[in-house]
Amino acid sequence: MKSKRASFEGALEALGVTVSSTAESDLEAAVTEAVTEPAVGIALGETAGDEAFSLTETPVTVDPTPVALREATTGVTGAELGIGDYGSLVLSMTEEASELLSLFVERHVAILHEEDIQPDMDAAVAELDERFNETGGSAIIATGPSATADMGALVNGAHGAREVHVIIVEEEA
Amino acid sequence: MATADELRELMRTEGAAVAENTQGFNTGRYDSVADLEDYEALKRAARSIKEDAIEELPDLLDQLTETVEANGGTVYIADDAADANDYIRGVVDERAADRVVKSKSMTSEEIEVNDALEADGVDVVETDLGEWVLQVADEAPSHIVAPAIHKSRESIAELFNKQFDPDEPLETAEELTRFARKKLGEQIIDAEVGITGANFVTADTGTMALVTSEGNARKTVAATDTHVAVAGVEKVIPTVGALHPFIELIGRSGTGQDITSYVSLLTPPVDTPVVDFTDDETPLSEFESDRDFHLVLIDNGRLEMRDDEHLRETLYCIRCSACSNSCANFQSVGGHAFGGETYSGGIATGWEAGIEGLDVAEEFNDLCTGCTRCVNACPVGIDIPWINTVVRDRINRDKDAPGEWLVDGLTPDEADDGAPLQKRFFGNFETVAKLGSATAPVSNWLADTTVARQAMDRILGIDPRRDLPTFERETLVDWAAARDSKVTDPERRAVLYPDLYTNHVQVERGKAAVKVLESLGVDVVVPPAPSSGRAPLSQGMVATATDHAERVTETLEPHIEDGRDVVVIEPSDHAMFTREYERLLDESAFTDIAENSYEVFEYVFGLLDNGGSVDSLSTVTGAEIAYHSHCQQRTLGLEAHTVAVLEECGYDVVTSDVECCGMAGSFGYKSDYYELSMDVGDRLRTQLRDDGVQDRPVVASGTSCLEQIDALLERQPRHPIELLAT
Ligand code: SF4
Repeated sequence: MKSKRASFEGALEALGVTVSSTAESDLEAAVTEAVTEPAVGIALGETAGDEAFSLTETPVTVDPTPVALREATTGVTGAELGIGDYGSLVLSMTEEASELLSLFVERHVAILHEEDIQPDMDAAVAELDERFNETGGSAIIATGPSATADMGALVNGAHGAREVHVIIVEEEA
Repeated sequence: MATADELRELMRTEGAAVAENTQGFNTGRYDSVADLEDYEALKRAARSIKEDAIEELPDLLDQLTETVEANGGTVYIADDAADANDYIRGVVDERAADRVVKSKSMTSEEIEVNDALEADGVDVVETDLGEWVLQVADEAPSHIVAPAIHKSRESIAELFNKQFDPDEPLETAEELTRFARKKLGEQIIDAEVGITGANFVTADTGTMALVTSEGNARKTVAATDTHVAVAGVEKVIPTVGALHPFIELIGRSGTGQDITSYVSLLTPPVDTPVVDFTDDETPLSEFESDRDFHLVLIDNGRLEMRDDEHLRETLYCIRCSACSNSCANFQSVGGHAFGGETYSGGIATGWEAGIEGLDVAEEFNDLCTGCTRCVNACPVGIDIPWINTVVRDRINRDKDAPGEWLVDGLTPDEADDGAPLQKRFFGNFETVAKLGSATAPVSNWLADTTVARQAMDRILGIDPRRDLPTFERETLVDWAAARDSKVTDPERRAVLYPDLYTNHVQVERGKAAVKVLESLGVDVVVPPAPSSGRAPLSQGMVATATDHAERVTETLEPHIEDGRDVVVIEPSDHAMFTREYERLLDESAFTDIAENSYEVFEYVFGLLDNGGSVDSLSTVTGAEIAYHSHCQQRTLGLEAHTVAVLEECGYDVVTSDVECCGMAGSFGYKSDYYELSMDVGDRLRTQLRDDGVQDRPVVASGTSCLEQIDALLERQPRHPIELLAT
């Protein structure tokens, strides 16, 4: 049996999504490496763990203005869940505009805690079922880059991100 | 109904793009579902969720309304298109919106909301790239998932260059996409209202699922402050958890993607702030997320469909497009011919009959030949061919009886009086065949004269380019009656069903079947029997088909009771006994015949598997052969048996994998469809002419396939059973 993480990473690779991993303490370095500037993002307090990752030590402009968002190349957000068999990310829609930051950019960098990787779609939907029923809420199951075949051939980056990169924050040993 | 000229024109202008795209999706589907460990279980789960949801629809709609309102949204249940449009116009007017952006939604096409809003002076922009291409070109969708499937890259480039006159002419798909992204991106961010569809809506939390790939639906919701979701009432399912099988199946079944890029699960109003995209001072998080949400659920005939025993299943449809992509005729002509006002492909017959009426369904319903290749592809197991048959029957009955002496003479019962002349001719082919054999060979000479062919073309619409079947003077039944069984101590006992063609036309394959079965120790009888009812059923003459089914079971029942197995050579008749009769007979009569019937190679396979010796058959060492199975046989999972037996007999077998040969019973004989039938057949011809295949003798299981292959190739095909007879 492949581990959840191995199957997740395999699926991401098949989708053309790049992956890097980091310890929690080195997250900012990993973010710096993953972004193409100009970069905007969200304060990761909620989505990246207990510690509030401010991203202050990175080139990322946190909580940008709408104009800065439109001029940015990269958007950095958290991901709530990873789905092992599909390589999907579950993105939440927060008041901090994570939806805009992952969508109105060319490159989306998603930060995911290793323990949030679910083995399969069944488990992920069950988890969402529970959450939605308890607290309401919305989510995007995002799999690979935005794509279209409407112009006569498959092209990445239709309306949404053309490139996706996932940073897996590893569990502390 | 599209005429031969219209179909020819469509095949010329759109056929190549449609064929390439649909076949790509179809192949993708086979590959993608093969990766699923529990494909059949997922389909069963999806089916049962939909069945239950439609059963409980009124309660679910109440629950959904309550939930959405508790979340802060509004639900409007619209009786029909006009009602829905009035409501949406009101919302747009109240918001004083200049621009509405839309993501792709078939239901919004159905109500033609764009026209309604544009009449009010609102700028409506389709943001799905395919839909946008069509909006710019002012054309109708040709496919329910990929609406611009009929347009090639070259034609889109030409359209954009002409319409927008860019600095550098656009050429590649990449350039066209970038251009559209930029242009639409600007329009999205200053729109006030976003209209989306909804693939599913859950009653428990008021969550809607939107299945997309481009990201335009996400932007449509995120960039506007008023969200209108338009969906048919049938889209409601009970829980978020119930989304699971659909999320796994919808992309795979449709375009062959394991999952589309984005499955948005929105419980509106969403928390994303509503921002002013020109603001360069205020941080995103400081904008409020003030959003209005309106869920417009549309009846427009659906609740009546729910009460209609036969159309009800249509409401389970999740609009995945598998039934379009797997359809041989659709692959040739696309949705502009094989579609109605809004919907296209096999299931469109159900949708259009229920929403628009029989007259719209009639425009394209003939294009479903009942090949059943969509049946296993449909993620919710809808019997799409049956819906087409029922609607055809209703259309027939809607018409005045033609009252022509010729066909009245051929129609023994009054039950299907409504069917038009041509349909009744093909539907009652049994009478023709009987007469043909009785008067052969004179009947064959007469039928082949120019005068006769012209008359047939004019009166019956039988295309003069088709060879007519040649009737044998001695039928299989006569031949069998005149000889003694070679088996003294039988292993098993069988009744070989003398289907119409085997009995009157392809008598040799019948004789071969008797000999093969006897070689394997089976005592065989071939009693006279009525035709299966396949012919009338395919013409939508359900009452006549039912009458046949009853007479066939009456004939075969004593043999079954006597311990005989029913062996059937013609796959389309075997499919009648094991599939279609379920609709025509009571349960016990159906089970009786279905459980005791075997396709001839399925039977031989079973005999060999149970100790029968292949040495009693005619065997070869490594002789090469090409095999084309039959559409309905493949749907029943019975292609493998023929291949296995041929291999056991020493053949090196390659098989075709086209969905259908194109002949499809009488379809390819009809003047209006002859060219379409040959276009479909061309794909089979290509495979049979491939390197390594072109010199192989061809065998095929179905009568129609044999006739089609005969017309397509120099090589004369045979039924594979003829290879086995000693
Ligand atoms: S009928 Fe079945 S296969 Fe056809 S579009 Fe609907 S769900 Fe898909």
